[in-house]
Parts: sequence; C-alpha cells; structure tokens
Amino acid sequence: MRLERYAWRRLVDRAVRAGCVLSMGLALLPLCSVLYYVFSRGVGGLDLAFFSELPKPVGEPGGGMAPAITGTLKLVGLSCLFAIPPGVLAGVYLSERGETRFGRVARFAADVLSGVPSITVGLFVYAVVVTTMKHFSAFAGGIALAVLMLPTIARSTEELLKLVPEALREAALGLGVPHWRATIRVVLRTAAPGIAVGVMLAVARAAGETAPLLFTAFNNRFAAESLFEPTASLPVSIYTYALSPYEDWHRQAWSAALVLLLVVLLLNVSARLLVRHRVGGR
Amino acid sequence: MFGRRAVFLLGLLACACGREASSNDDERTLSLNGAGATFPFPLYSKWIAEYHRLYPNVRINYQSIGSGGGIRQLVAETVDFGATDAPVGDEGAKSARGPLLHLPTAIGSIAIGYQLDGMPGELRLTPGVLAGIFLGEIRRWNDPELAAENPQLALPDRNITVVFRTDGSGSTAALSEYLSSVSPTWKKQVGSGKSVRWPVGLGAKGNEGVAGLIQGTPGAIGYLELAYAKQTGLSRALLRNRAGKFVAPSPSAALAAAESVEMPEGFRVSLIDAPGAGAYPIASYTYLLVYEAPRDAEKGRALARFLWWALHDGQRYAEQLDYAPLPATVMRQVESELQTQKLLDGV
Amino acid sequence: MASSGRTVGGAASLLRARSKLLARLGSERNWADFLFRRVTWLCALLVVTTLGSIALTMAIASLPAFRELGAGFVFGTVWDPARRIFGALPFVYGTVVSSLLALLLSVPVSLGIAIYLSELAPDWLRNVLGFLVELLAAVPSVVYGLWGIFVLSPWLRDSIQPLLSDWFGFLPAFSGPAHGFGMLAGGVVLAIMITPTIASVGREVLRAVPLSLREAALALGATRWESVRIAVLPLARSGLIGATLLGLGRALGETMAITLVIGNRAEISASLFAPGYTMASVLANEFSEATGELHLAALAEIGLLLFVVTVLLNLLARVLVFRVAAGSARGRP
Repeated sequence: MRLERYAWRRLVDRAVRAGCVLSMGLALLPLCSVLYYVFSRGVGGLDLAFFSELPKPVGEPGGGMAPAITGTLKLVGLSCLFAIPPGVLAGVYLSERGETRFGRVARFAADVLSGVPSITVGLFVYAVVVTTMKHFSAFAGGIALAVLMLPTIARSTEELLKLVPEALREAALGLGVPHWRATIRVVLRTAAPGIAVGVMLAVARAAGETAPLLFTAFNNRFAAESLFEPTASLPVSIYTYALSPYEDWHRQAWSAALVLLLVVLLLNVSARLLVRHRVGGR
Repeated sequence: MFGRRAVFLLGLLACACGREASSNDDERTLSLNGAGATFPFPLYSKWIAEYHRLYPNVRINYQSIGSGGGIRQLVAETVDFGATDAPVGDEGAKSARGPLLHLPTAIGSIAIGYQLDGMPGELRLTPGVLAGIFLGEIRRWNDPELAAENPQLALPDRNITVVFRTDGSGSTAALSEYLSSVSPTWKKQVGSGKSVRWPVGLGAKGNEGVAGLIQGTPGAIGYLELAYAKQTGLSRALLRNRAGKFVAPSPSAALAAAESVEMPEGFRVSLIDAPGAGAYPIASYTYLLVYEAPRDAEKGRALARFLWWALHDGQRYAEQLDYAPLPATVMRQVESELQTQKLLDGV
Repeated sequence: MASSGRTVGGAASLLRARSKLLARLGSERNWADFLFRRVTWLCALLVVTTLGSIALTMAIASLPAFRELGAGFVFGTVWDPARRIFGALPFVYGTVVSSLLALLLSVPVSLGIAIYLSELAPDWLRNVLGFLVELLAAVPSVVYGLWGIFVLSPWLRDSIQPLLSDWFGFLPAFSGPAHGFGMLAGGVVLAIMITPTIASVGREVLRAVPLSLREAALALGATRWESVRIAVLPLARSGLIGATLLGLGRALGETMAITLVIGNRAEISASLFAPGYTMASVLANEFSEATGELHLAALAEIGLLLFVVTVLLNLLARVLVFRVAAGSARGRP
C-alpha cells in the first residue's frame, strides 16, 4: 500500500517534470520558427543594394533600405541622447533620495511609465511635438523612443547604484571630495558596467519599436538630411513592406527583420556577456 | 574621466548635427513632404523617382497612408501637400487653415479583385450581386445568383472572404458611393464615406494591404486600384455598367467614364456609375491637395513645377501603370488653375 | 574631429584651472553640490511630468468625446465613423478576449518554464535556457507580426482551424469560416509574446522563496514536485499572479504584431475564427487619418482608456510581485 503510494507520488513527480520540460520546448518552438524563417528568408536579400540604395517606385523590383538603416541609427542615437543623461541622473536621485516623499512619487511614476503602451506614447508625442512643430521628424521619433527608455534606465540605474557599497562613497567623502564628484567619479563609475547593461537593454527594446514611430518619425523614401524631416526606420519599413502585395518587398521585409533582429540580439548578448565578465572579474 | 568623455561625445554629436544643417543650405536641397491616398501611389512614386532623376535637388517624399490621412495631415499642416481620391467634404475643409485646392492628376479605376486559385475565365458581376457579396447576403462562391451570371465558370464550393480597407480611403468612398447608388439596402444599412461599417469581411490597411490579403487568402474578394491588382496578378471581375454592358477595369474604360461627365469649376466631381457606354462604373479622379496660399512660397513653387511636369511629361507614365491620363479639356482647366493661382511664376 | 577634440581638451584644462581656483576659495563644494542635487532632482521630476503630461494630453484630447458621447461610449457596439456613431465596445471586447486567450495559452506554459528553470533544470542548462527565454522577449513586435502574417496565419488556416472545427465545431467559439487572420491568430501571437515576461518574472519570484523551505520539505521525504507544491508555490502565489498581470499588461498594450494578424474588424463575434479589433490596433490604423473632430476625440478616449487600464494593471502586478520579494527578505534566516 505504502509502496504503491510512493510509486504514485513518483509518477506524479515525473509527470510534472515532463510537463515542465515540455512547456520549455513549447516556448522555444516559436523562437526557433521565427529565427529560422527570418534567417532563411532574409539572408538572400542582404546584398550591397539593400544597404546602399533608395527604395524603388512601388511595384518595381530592386532597390534597398539605406534610408531606413540610417534612419534607425539616427532615431536610436537621438533617443539615447534624450534618455540616457536624464535617465541616469534620475536613477542617481532615486538611489540617494528615493525614500523622501518626492522620491517615492518619482519611483512610482517611473514604474507606471514603463507600463504605458508604446502606441499611447506615439499619440502623446504626436499631439505635443509633431503638431506644434508642424512636421514629422526624427526629432519627434527620438523623443517618443526616449520616453520609452527613460523609466527603464532610471530604475535599472537606481538598482545598480544601490549595490555600490556605502563604504566606497564614505571613503571618497572622507577624503574631502565634494558630494557630486564622489557620486560621479566613484559611485557611478563603479556601477558603470551595470548601468551600461541596463542602457543596452533599453536601447534594444527601443530599436525594435514600431508603434510610437508611426505618427512621429513617419517615413521617408529618401535619407532625411536633417533631423527635422520625416525619417524612415527599419521597423516601420518592415511594417509597410509586410503589408504590401509585392514579392520583392516581402523579401526586403524579411531582410530588414534579419538586420533588426541581429542588432537587437547582439545588444542583448553583449549585455549578457558584460554582466558575466563583470561578475567573473570580481 | 566619465564626465570628460561624455562632454567629448556630446561635442562630436553637436558637430555632426551642425554639419548636417549646413550642408542642407549649401546644396539647396528642397524637401517636399506629402501624404495621402494609396490609390495613386504607384504613379506618384514613379513620378517622384523620375523627377528626382531630372532634378536631384528636389526630393519629394510621398507616404501612402490613405486619403483620410492625407486630408487630416494637411489640415494639421504636418505635410506640405496631401492627396485624396474623394474630394474633401465641407466638414473636413472647415478646420483647414485656408481654402484648399483640388488638382486632379490622373484617373484610376477601382478593380474588384478576387483569388480563386487561378480559376480560368472572367467573373461577371451585376451591381446587385456585388452589393449582395459586400452585404454578406451572398456568402459562397457557388451561390445561384452568382452562378446565374457566370454559366461558363466552374465556381467552387467555397466561402467568400470579403476584404475591405481599414484606413480612411478614397477607394472605400468610391465603392460605397457606387453601392449606395445601385442598392437601396446598402444605402440604408451602410451608406457611403471614406470609412464605413462593413457588414462582413476582413480589414487590411491601404491598397497594398488589400492586395496582399486577397493574394494570400483563397476565396477572397475585395476592391483595389487597378495598378495594384495588375502588378500582383489578381483576377479582376467585369462589372455591368449603367449602359448594361460588362466592362473590365482599364485606363480606356476609366477615360470613357471621365469623358461622359463634365468637369465643374473646382474639380470636385464624381465619376461613379458614369453614363458612357464603355465607361467603367467605379472610376475616380485622384487629386493633389494643397493650400491656395502655401505657408512656404518656395515650396509652393517647387510643388507647382513638379505638378506641371507631371501633367505633361509625367502623363506618359500614367498609362504604363494603368491609370488614365487626364482628358485634354480637364488638362487645360488644371493648367489655367495653376496659372491663375500664381503658383507658377518660376515656370 | 581632431579640432573638436583639442577644443574639448582645452575646455577641460580651463575647467580644471577654474575648479582649482574655486576650491581655494572654498565655495565649490556648496554651489556645485547644490547644482548637482538640483539637476538630479530635475531629472526625477522629468519622469513625473512626462507621465503627468501623457495623462493630461490624452484627457484633454478626449474631452469632446466625453462631452458628446458620455458613458455610452464604452458600451456602444457600433463603430461607424461615416455616420458619426462611436462605440468602443468592439475594441474593448477584442482587446480583452485576445488578451485572455493569450493568458489561457501562455500561463500554464510559462509556469512550467518558471518552475523548470528555478527548481528542476540542471545548473548548466539553467543559464542557457533562461537566456533563450529572454531572447524571446527581445524579438521586436513587428518581427513577430511579419512571422504572423506569412507563417502563423497560413498554418492556422490550413492545419489548425480545420482540425478545431472538425472536433469542436459545435461550439460557437470554433465555428464559422477560417481565414487564418482573426482573434485566434491574435491570441496565439500575444501568447508567444507574453510567455517570456511571465516566465522570467515568475522565475524571479520562485527564486525569492527561501531555499530552507524547500530543503525542509525534501528532508521530510517529499519529492521534488511536492516540495515545490507544498513549500514554494503557496508563498509565491501572489507574486505569480503579479507576473501574470504583468504579462496581461503587455498583451493589452501590444500593437504591431496583433494589428497585422487580427483581421481589423470592429465586430463582436462569439467565434475565435472571426476577425476582431483591439484598442491599440484601431489607434494604429485610424489615428493618423481621422478627419472629424469627434472621430479624433473618440480615438483619444480609447487611448486614454487603454492607458488607464494598463497602468492600473501594472501597478497591481508590481505590488503583488513586490510583496513576495519583501516577504522573502523578511523570511530569510
């Protein structure tokens, strides 16, 4: 009787374990499928023209995605410019004065902001920036992406700064270094690799965003010359090309997806390696 | 160290931005931004590419986001020009900064495209059957009403998947206006407009999206600009026009429709269900939309010059891409409009 | 580039000279510290004002809709811009159903993954698999959309939907013509996209439960699964619910992938094969082209609704996850 019961319990244990392994597999299946299709359909289209040429008129095969590639770089660059300095400094504030009343409000706001749907951010930036400046622009797109990055960077910086031993800061202050210099040179520098990881993950997320760009950066057939013109980007190009009826554009959409995916994965993997390296180094 | 490097990077970025701004002035590149109808997009993008080759310093960026979008963004003044197939209604024009100018550029036909795995033969549709399909009353391809008109076809026993436009679209306006004029039920249940409430079907964005969705969905039927239907090799139905003839969508049939309707002042006219014997019943002018008084005079002139080129040298691309060129009388009207509006002092 | 480097170098040496001077005067500490504090405070304020202005902008933009349509807006079942009838229920319904479907598909799998990764997997596999799951979260939404159009939808249409309607066709949920695109495709894509979120937060929650509890259960003769069931899951329950809510929040706000596959039709249908529409997709499709003032305001109100719902969900989720983490901190020996 007892043995039977034990056998039953072991059976349940095995079944649950098998179920867990199965669900792991189930989750990796779509990942493999996505990776397989993006690579197999995208790799053929990665020629010189794809990286260097303008899009062809509708329905004509050929052409490339040069404006979208440079546009994505511009948008990501701008959003880093807009989001990293205030994000890191807000993180400093949260880690130093996070327990004041305003600090709690700010942390709360950052948490809420990171849950706001990206399309809502697009509407907001359209209403505030695009309609007042009277044109779609990389500038507006950069702001939209920055709004998405800001809370992530602030919170991850805060968490990392909290890990810096208090003794380090006290030592610096004890040597007569002013507070701001101790924060920047000692605390921020110690936490810099970790902050970089947080920033990279935020950038990786922003680089793939489409919804906030639809009404802000818009799209452009040409490579925009200034930051105040409509600007093409890889995600928006993938979206419009995927919706089109043309074989050649579908092929280019897969290639663009491959490029975007490689960039995003590269950022993620290197962030990972940075963490491991840092942990290993200590 | 941290701080100094950041300052250095910021300086670099500032230099890069500054250089970009200054080069803009040196070459005097002029960028015109437009948005609107997807209907003439194949033609416009061809024009823009050719024009850019002739005048490399003029870069016209046209984004096909739908007629509704073209009007809205022009009213919000986020673009320099809009484009639409359905003339702007009075309500839409009310919120604009100033009077709007409709300038017809070509005539297009709205094809009824379908996907029946390459079934041979041409599908014939009467106005009643077409309305029945879009109303969801005719749900299968071998429906007796459909078969009665097409005895020569082996229609499959298959569901009809209607495909419609989700964006505010001039094509939707044209089709729904047509269906309203031929079917009282449609008029009562659905009505007409740039976006209507479809009784059945799947939504897709833009003519591009409709073409893509029909292509990928066996049993699908939908409405789209002829150029898209031809480029993607979709089968196109013949429609019975007012004169009782079955007509295939083509530039000449669209031209026949345009020639049977007189062009009024202001160019706001409908070609729906035109009376001509060879007229295709769902055809439409497509318009560029500009402010009578452009905010930036230089851009206004550049746009007028492009338009002049499009009306003359550009018209030969129209037929290649299955649009009908403007009838000679209309062409003269547009020319005189461009001249009286003093948009053209540079030409 | 060289010249700008030199300038920066020059500026830096100037700064150094000035700061030496100021240090001698003994005043630097005060004003520099004051400035630094102010700047960090301003940056924190930026986060708060951004959030506030998003809420405010959306509220102002939707005022005309509030005034003209009132509360009936949320319960109206007809969306017909041509006739100026605006009811948001089809979008609310589509958002809720696709998200719930996604949860239904995703939660069991995600919990399985979380348990596997935190309790069962051998150490060497744990990191690799955990990383792969996080990669799944990193794939941009539009790439899932592309895959959804060209791979998932045709597969659902040709293989899965016929099977479902053969077996369960008597249920209204699995009846009607199968287009591939529709609520089912939307739910599946969302499920794939939220699984990594739920799984990785769930794993963190499970890890936060003190090891000693598991050891105690194992020492009493429990199997691995029993130790998880008895010692870990009860403590982690609220955190796991929090993880699920975070996933739900992501599903509700997700735009691109679902817009590409859901069929985009404002209708409430019992069938999962039928096309639907979500709040986020209608914004993506109609916002840039709504011409009437009321149409625009109605869209803004949908945006506001989406904003409020996702924000509330996220908050609730964070409170739940935080409680487990805090509890474990207290419970630790």
